[in-house]
Amino acid sequence: MNGDDIIITVRDLSCGYGADVVLRDVSFDVRRGEVFVVIGRSGCGKSTLLKHMIGLLAPLSGSIVLNGHDIVTAKGLERLEILKGIGIMYQGGALFGSMSILRNVGLPLEEYTALPQEAVDAIARVKLSLVGLERFGHFMPTELSGGMVKRAAIARAMALDPPILFMDEPSAGLDPVTSAGLDGLIRSLAETLGITFVIVSHEVPSILSIADRVILLDDGVKGIAAEGDPRELNATSDVPEARRFFDREVAPRGAHLPTAKPFTQEEARP
Amino acid sequence: MRQAPKIDALPEGLTVGDAPGVLNLGFSGDLNSATVARLWAPALQLARGREGGSLRLELSQAGYIDGAGLALLVKLRAEAEARGANVELVGLSESHAHLLDLAGDAERGAAQKPKDRRGLKALVAGGVGHVVADMVGVVSFVGECSLVVWESLRHPERVRWKDVLLASMAVGVESMPILLLVGFLMGLIMSFQSVITLQRFGGEIFVPNMLGLVMFREMGPLTTAILLAARSGSAFAAEIGTMRVNEELDAMTTMGISPVRFLVGPRILASLAMVPFMTLFFNFASLVGGALVMLSIGFPLVTFTSRVFANVTANDLIGAFVKIIVFSLLVSGVSCLRGLHTGGGASAVGRSTTSAVVSGLILITLADGLFAVLFYYLKI
Repeated sequence: MNGDDIIITVRDLSCGYGADVVLRDVSFDVRRGEVFVVIGRSGCGKSTLLKHMIGLLAPLSGSIVLNGHDIVTAKGLERLEILKGIGIMYQGGALFGSMSILRNVGLPLEEYTALPQEAVDAIARVKLSLVGLERFGHFMPTELSGGMVKRAAIARAMALDPPILFMDEPSAGLDPVTSAGLDGLIRSLAETLGITFVIVSHEVPSILSIADRVILLDDGVKGIAAEGDPRELNATSDVPEARRFFDREVAPRGAHLPTAKPFTQEEARP
Repeated sequence: MRQAPKIDALPEGLTVGDAPGVLNLGFSGDLNSATVARLWAPALQLARGREGGSLRLELSQAGYIDGAGLALLVKLRAEAEARGANVELVGLSESHAHLLDLAGDAERGAAQKPKDRRGLKALVAGGVGHVVADMVGVVSFVGECSLVVWESLRHPERVRWKDVLLASMAVGVESMPILLLVGFLMGLIMSFQSVITLQRFGGEIFVPNMLGLVMFREMGPLTTAILLAARSGSAFAAEIGTMRVNEELDAMTTMGISPVRFLVGPRILASLAMVPFMTLFFNFASLVGGALVMLSIGFPLVTFTSRVFANVTANDLIGAFVKIIVFSLLVSGVSCLRGLHTGGGASAVGRSTTSAVVSGLILITLADGLFAVLFYYLKI
């Protein structure tokens, strides 16, 4: 792998909450322009890893280098520059309820550029157009469906043309048709704009459809259990954690279903 | 065809060539948010100065084009097309052309929400109708709340007393510090102001009479109700409104549990149970404030206490009790109603909270006016 192709480098990252370690010594790279998906069962630390990568949480140890800058050690203006270079789409969209969709998308431009208001609106409309919402700019977030909210959130995340876009469970709570549409949008944006996507997901069809590469996190090993092309992992991997994740077996009708395992404290964490 | 307007100095990265019938805008360097901020106004000014003809956008010297650059090209194209000009893009890379196609409809989304074109008469009629419908809704909900209270009295075993106790703590006990502080300060200030005025006529001895009558008959119930609306009413609306946003109320309804009985009932019962005590403590605090003023100007405490109750009759106390019970029913009822009617999103909870306090204050004022008229005719 050419060093110039790497846009994110995570090295020896350990994260957790106090003495409770969720991930230990995790290392991986993300290549420029690829759709990189973090997969794993609920409670394995996917969202925790994402929150560390976007600087919301401080790791116990290790480094996270985004576009040449370590977000763990960055302070002040350097940290602000890093944050301007990433876009984040939260699971529920996190659109500001008091603003129209157009204002939501235009807000980062108003805050961080010297563009005139007419230009800000025009750029926001272009971003909305890229996600198929050009006619909904004057709508309030509460007036949109779940899929539209996620599309609007992607448009806002792209407002400053960040080279890296993080997404937390983009398909969660969406019907298969809307989810497939969103997958298509992600692929299209990755291919046309060259954006690097880092996505947290556990939706297998979506992962197989959009991901160039995945890392599979597991709470048993407290780290990466498998890594590679998801289609290859699905077809040929003999790693038990990967097999459990991809082979979602359904018990035959009438069979005795296993008793649900009680949640551990770790699994209960969002 | 008009000629291109003169621009004093073209910014770096933009060149103009004006062949007959063709405005040629040439871009060089990166088209990103930093450079577009500089190019936006002059480029559009040039494009808008043309009627008909052709607009030629020369991009072979352009470097990286991001979303801002794309928006500039989309805008220039839309502006020229709106003026009947042909648009030609030269030197645009394949990937950028593809993006431009994807963003092609962006400017069509520029249309805003259709404006309300109704006439003034229709607007006023609509507004009045809305207010009347809202008042009818409030009155009918307060009636529903009264039924809940009545049912609770008939079947006390069905009441969720633990919830009532918790709400009573929040409404009554936890509001004591602010209630006592406001009461004390009101008594102190009213007595002080009255003493200053009445001293001129040697009438300061009547200040305790005035304070007792005003506080027990009017200000005690009124101020307690206002504090109830501001402190507990807003909390009721925010709490129930958040439950509405989180779909907890829908869950409750689909489980066959009435939100009015489950959520509103305990809060109203708690308010009804607490407000008489709150009024009592408020009045007591105001008398302490008044006593402090009278002591400071040399009147003994016994004079103050004997004169405070000289003009207060049992009817005044009964009237005040009826008033505060009605105020409390109105305030807690309308606050819960506003919470139940919350829309979607965090801002809707804010609007419900504001609306709960405003509606509560309006209802208190209206009811107080009605009580004044009613008590006058009943000679209370």
